[in-house]
Amino acid sequence: MFENIGEIVLLFWRTLLALPLVWRQRRKVMEQFFEIGNASLLMVCVLSFFIGAVISLNFGPPLVERSFSSAVGGVVGLGLVKELAPVMMAILIAGRIGSAMAAEIGSMRVYQEIDALRTMNISPIHYLVLPRVVAVAIALPMLVVVAIIVGWFGGAVVAEANNHIGIPIQVFFSDLRDIVKLNDVANGVFKSFCFALIVGVVSCHQGLTTIGGPRGIGRSVTKAVVNSIVLIVISDYLLTSLWIFLTRLGLI
Amino acid sequence: MNDTTQPLSGVDLVVRGLRKSFDGQEVLKGIDFEVKPGEIFVIMGPSGSGKSVLLKHLIGLELPDAGEILINGEPIQTPEIAAKYRMAMVFQSGALLNSLTVGENVGLYLSEHRLKSPEEISKIVAEKLEDVGLKGAEDKMPGDLSGGMKKRAAIARALVIEPQLILYDEPTSELDPLSAVVIGEEILELNRRIHVTSLVVSHDRDLAFGIADHIAVINEGRILKIGTPDEVKQFNDPLVRKFLNADFKHETKSST
Repeated sequence: MFENIGEIVLLFWRTLLALPLVWRQRRKVMEQFFEIGNASLLMVCVLSFFIGAVISLNFGPPLVERSFSSAVGGVVGLGLVKELAPVMMAILIAGRIGSAMAAEIGSMRVYQEIDALRTMNISPIHYLVLPRVVAVAIALPMLVVVAIIVGWFGGAVVAEANNHIGIPIQVFFSDLRDIVKLNDVANGVFKSFCFALIVGVVSCHQGLTTIGGPRGIGRSVTKAVVNSIVLIVISDYLLTSLWIFLTRLGLI
Repeated sequence: MNDTTQPLSGVDLVVRGLRKSFDGQEVLKGIDFEVKPGEIFVIMGPSGSGKSVLLKHLIGLELPDAGEILINGEPIQTPEIAAKYRMAMVFQSGALLNSLTVGENVGLYLSEHRLKSPEEISKIVAEKLEDVGLKGAEDKMPGDLSGGMKKRAAIARALVIEPQLILYDEPTSELDPLSAVVIGEEILELNRRIHVTSLVVSHDRDLAFGIADHIAVINEGRILKIGTPDEVKQFNDPLVRKFLNADFKHETKSST
């Protein structure tokens, strides 16, 4: 995986250079965008509702027992905003959308469709990579915002319903508002944007470098998902450090 | 470049000393040949002789280790030169984009490069599809077409570029003899009508002798013979003879 980092960075750079052409490809961007939303929205809601619910369930009772009940909203709120929503949704998108990108581009590669594009002077980066990367880079942060809200709601429902917590929804949200700042939400959304770029570029790169027949496509799909997830988790740490550093400098 | 840049006029193609190795194994060992404007040149040889690799060099999908490829005397590796001449390739499998309809595939070059309005594109697409005998197939998906129809759609897609050089990779492979003849006639007809230089790579002997102005026989990365179909038929090299005369000779043995 790491031997390909150079190629992946190069593909990312070329995609950035192609960015001025994105308006031309707007139809394809929209198609991809709706496909991502369509395929993932319900899953995102279910996943984030239960993530919020389970954090509440895990952290609520011990906090309430030690009379830190006002911290429950903050724990659920911050946990979702800064870590769980961006990372879990990025992993979900890597599995659902990254795999599809690698499979589609990989099969185009195997069946010479990409060679055919090149002979028509159509760059696979403009035609295939750019719309996908842009679409996922718009869609994932939006999905993460949805996930945060639904996750908060999940946490709030459990906080009120669970006998060992017993915090009313209004109180939960006002506690949450005291602790979660706009800066934290921006942090989560920024991270998810970076994760989206990772999923898009890694999956497209894997598709474009597919060799062999159907087995090669299968291998590419697995690699795309695994590599995306590993890079998401590693970059999560780095991006969080960067964000904290910039916040301390007072730049954010 | 005077009249050479005019649409629908064939170009002259010269290949000199072309060499290519993959992982230390030499696939092309010094290829030389010349294709005159407007002729049909068939490169014939057994599987694995380097035909498809050679074709990929001509269209710019591979770069040679040594040697040059000249179109009207200009090196094709230079991007400006490559952009000046219009070339098209018809892939072995057709290589139509499976996610697009036949019509979108055929019009892809025009729509992606914004060369024509959508109305004009659909008119041109209909025209080119009719040219290859696929009238009204615009809305079909490539998956719904037979092998022969896919190849014809791929030819239509190549024609939209108004090429000066068309490269065909194994145009008759995987086709029944009747469809193979239809494709062969298509290539011949196009060549006569629009005088495009056509380079066909094939192991199909009937096709080669049926349509070629000149034939090059290639084996293991070397050209064994270049000549008119008659000259190649008369040529007395054992390797060429073996390839041209390969046939079933042992069927009676198994019965005893």
